[in-house]
Amino acid sequence: MVPLSHFLLLGAVLFSLGVAGIVLNRRNIIVLLMCVELMLLAVNTNFIAFSRYLDDVAGQIFVFFILTVAAAEAAIGLAILVLLFRNRGTIDVAVMDELKG
Amino acid sequence: MTGQALIFYTFAAVAIFSALMVITVQNAVRAVLFLVLAFVATAGVWLLMEAEFLAIILVLVYVGAVMVLFLFVVMMLDFTGATQKGPLRYLRPSMLLGVGLALGVVFLLFTVIGPKQFTIMDYPSPAARGADYNDVAHLGMVMYTDYVLAFIAAGCLLLVAMVAAISLAYRGHRAKRQRPSDQVKVKASDRIRLVKMSPGSRG
Repeated sequence: MVPLSHFLLLGAVLFSLGVAGIVLNRRNIIVLLMCVELMLLAVNTNFIAFSRYLDDVAGQIFVFFILTVAAAEAAIGLAILVLLFRNRGTIDVAVMDELKG
Repeated sequence: MTGQALIFYTFAAVAIFSALMVITVQNAVRAVLFLVLAFVATAGVWLLMEAEFLAIILVLVYVGAVMVLFLFVVMMLDFTGATQKGPLRYLRPSMLLGVGLALGVVFLLFTVIGPKQFTIMDYPSPAARGADYNDVAHLGMVMYTDYVLAFIAAGCLLLVAMVAAISLAYRGHRAKRQRPSDQVKVKASDRIRLVKMSPGSRG
């Protein structure tokens, strides 16, 4: 059987790729949303690994609720994105600096 | 290497590769498709950890609904003007910060959760569950008793999210519509106006 640390390392690598993607890919918002999804996936992997190795089903319950919240977040985020594209004609992150003082 | 380890490392390699492609590929549609591949590979890893219900949910709900929504938005919005010109042309000091941040997170996580802390001695591999073990029944038994309030709150959250998404993106009636009552009530005088003109007058 694969040791627990390898599952955790998989989660760590996926999470770091999500963090790196948020800072590297500053082109449009949709890639940022996808990187957030990637980070949530890494967190869920950790939850499931601990749930299996500690033999506690509560970890899987948490993953269930995280998936629910992530689905709601994706739906609202994409709705805001469509609205933004309709009003501004672009979803480039670099253009959106109106709140900058 | 046992068969289980082989399956794990294969799925993990596919997941990491596709996550890498998500953040480096130029085309947004391909990025979404690589994210789908990452989700499917991770669902394989979850299956290996005997979380069957969540693995199926990840494929059905996440890949089948959320990722298709992403793909739909990417294809509907034509942001060809916002595509990246190439990674090197965008090189900025903030990117160095991002790479440093990611490497720092990796280093921190590797030192904290490295093989020293979570060894096979400290956390022995759990025995494989029997064929009569029902993951869905176990999960449902806990979810509908201990976590029932959270479950109801999650349902309310989904309802609120649905209403919010619709009210954000809805623009009202824009198409021309026929009103039958107006069509019935119309009189001939509303339709046509007779103008008397003398034949000699020129405009």
